[in-house]
Amino acid sequence: MIIASLIILILPLLAFVIQIFFGQRLPRKGDFVSIFAVLITLGVALGMLVSILMLNDSQFMREAAFTWLNLGAFKIELGFLIDNITVVMLVVVALISTMSHIYSIKYMDKDPLYHRYFAYLGLFTFSMNGIVLANNLVSLYIFWELVGLSSYLLIGFWFQKDTAADAGKKAFLANRVGDLGFFIGIMLFFTAVGSFNYSDVFAGVASGSIHGTLLTLAGLGLFCGAIGKSAQVPLHIWLPDAMEGPTPVSALIHAATMVAAGVYMLVRLFPILTPDVLTVIAYIGGFTALFAATIAITQNDIKRVLAYSTLSQLGYMVMAIGTGAYTAGFFHLVTHAMFKASLFYGAGSVIHAMHHALHKLKDHTIDPQDMRNMGGFKTRMPFTYWTMVICTLAISGIPFFSGFLSKDAILAGTLAFANHSPQHLLIPFFGFAAALITPFYMLRLIFMTFHRGSKFPKVYRQIKESPREMTIPMVILSGLTLFLFYTLPQINPFFDTGWWFTNLIVARDTVVTGFEIITAHEIMVSMHHNHLAAMLLSVALAGLGILFSWLMYLRKKLSPQVWAKRSGFLYRLSFNKYYIDEIYERFIYKPLLKLTERVGYIDWDIYDQRFIDGFGRVTDKLARVSGELDWEGLDKMIVNGIGRQFQRAGQSLRQIQTGRLQNYLLFALLGIIIILILQVI
Amino acid sequence: MDHLQIYLIVGAALFCLGLFGVITRRNAIAVLMGIELILNSANLNFIAFSRFGGMNLSGHVFALFVIVMAAAEAAIALAIIINIYNLFHTVNVDEASQLKQ
Repeated sequence: MIIASLIILILPLLAFVIQIFFGQRLPRKGDFVSIFAVLITLGVALGMLVSILMLNDSQFMREAAFTWLNLGAFKIELGFLIDNITVVMLVVVALISTMSHIYSIKYMDKDPLYHRYFAYLGLFTFSMNGIVLANNLVSLYIFWELVGLSSYLLIGFWFQKDTAADAGKKAFLANRVGDLGFFIGIMLFFTAVGSFNYSDVFAGVASGSIHGTLLTLAGLGLFCGAIGKSAQVPLHIWLPDAMEGPTPVSALIHAATMVAAGVYMLVRLFPILTPDVLTVIAYIGGFTALFAATIAITQNDIKRVLAYSTLSQLGYMVMAIGTGAYTAGFFHLVTHAMFKASLFYGAGSVIHAMHHALHKLKDHTIDPQDMRNMGGFKTRMPFTYWTMVICTLAISGIPFFSGFLSKDAILAGTLAFANHSPQHLLIPFFGFAAALITPFYMLRLIFMTFHRGSKFPKVYRQIKESPREMTIPMVILSGLTLFLFYTLPQINPFFDTGWWFTNLIVARDTVVTGFEIITAHEIMVSMHHNHLAAMLLSVALAGLGILFSWLMYLRKKLSPQVWAKRSGFLYRLSFNKYYIDEIYERFIYKPLLKLTERVGYIDWDIYDQRFIDGFGRVTDKLARVSGELDWEGLDKMIVNGIGRQFQRAGQSLRQIQTGRLQNYLLFALLGIIIILILQVI
Repeated sequence: MDHLQIYLIVGAALFCLGLFGVITRRNAIAVLMGIELILNSANLNFIAFSRFGGMNLSGHVFALFVIVMAAAEAAIALAIIINIYNLFHTVNVDEASQLKQ
């Protein structure tokens, strides 16, 4: 297991290194290297999945570590932790990564930086696997940042476009905000426990070496990381903009895996989160789920609709963790990865087709991503259409699809949560409201893109189905939305136990002490009780959403324009994404800029120019005076003066040295006479 | 005539004449001759002291030594003068003043 996970970790890194250094010189720009690497990764991951299925042990766990830093009494170990959650997550990452690689062959075809694109994908896959395999908070944090880096690189991949470069920066900065809290959280745990290892931290929390408010604060810190990475309100702003990146990247990073890293981290660390933290998590997640869904209704950019839908679904997962049904959240992570990646591939396929059609017509005025410019593509792109429909049904929570299973589990979790603590009735409300809106906007996307007539018949005639490299990943992933893949050996999707997934991934009890705790078992029983209600209600709501969407966008019994006008202010609010960007601009960026300007003014104009430069000026003046003194006084007068005096003395003394023998003799004689006289006296 | 002072006065006079010659003459040969005078004044003193000071023959021996040394000195000095002449084409000691520069 450890060797296998090492292979999974190293291969994408190897592919990255080869691609970045030699990619351009290899045939086909070396894409086969990356694809080969991820295919092996996928094979190994599937092998691991099979082996844990054979074991069928919910407590399965392997750990390996080596000492990374040894500072006398304290050392930091890095290593792997492999349990059922890890393996399932590895399979998800490897699968979506492989699909994205294959999809990108044609999607990124002829891009001048084709090899670099694959290199970045490799780097991302490596980092993501690192997060999944980490057994301690340090390596988690390292890979966490690496993932952020590769996300930045890939969002800004088309950096010639200002919007893409800005989006990359925005994503990076928004993540930094969250990561700050994350780092504080990690350090709080470290100072209290003295180790970064999950098991040590868990043990430390269980023994009460960190407890009460401090533990809550530390948990909130960890959650900050998840808010940033999983794009929860209020740091959700980067994810819609991240759609500037290539579509396979949106599918891999900004829908299926990286944004799920926050959720995965919370799942991993669930046992040390206090009930207070969980309540905050539940509210933020729930709010995000509903909030993003309401924005998705009015967006016209096909990728942005999917982006807000991703936000909403991530909100679901986070909410599930908050309600304690964290295995349900993880389950939704897995199912969502499949159908959302496929939806993004579908959107990419449509954009690709639009792009080619517009390119052929030499039309650069039509936005290839705007759904209002599409319509009727159903007959032109049957593969894309059907896979997208299947995935839409999955995300809507229609029975027999994977989304139904996970969504119901989450909704049952929210109901169970509300049962235990009736004051939090808002949580299930968030969940069910989002469940109503999700099918509405997803079908709106389908209807606007694939049904009705096209606004531009010329474009429509040029629309072609995408090549096989693109459709095959879509077909595979939409195939994986079938409920059977998750419920086996149970074949009744309406019954919520006995699936391999629930057998393998069993909720652990929290290790937090000193709070009023609801045990994992209680949550499970309560979820089981609420399962039927959640199921019926969610299916009814999904049906309602579909009905509305059908009436509005296909049957045209209800006019969207009239409804938009009728809702007026609310419509504008949703269309402009609640003005969150504008609010941030007005209340955070602008004041911050003003503040930095003010600080800059103080620093530069006053401190630097007056104080520092003043010192400089005074020193300069002093130096001049001192230099003057030194040169004029010391050098010229004293040093040179002494020299001159000696020179003068020598000049006059040399007169004596006539070179005449007799003179010398005369002097000698005079000397003798003087001596004699002196003696006589 | 057998007073020591007379010999000493003659010797001193001879010495002063010799010294005068050495200092004032420009011709190197004349300088040499002055030196001879000085040496001989010394000889005269030796002899006088030997005669009146009761020093037996030591004074005479010394005088003989001085004469021998003077001969040797004259030989070397003349050789030097010839070389000076070869170098400067003069025997004027004032013009052989290369040490000055």
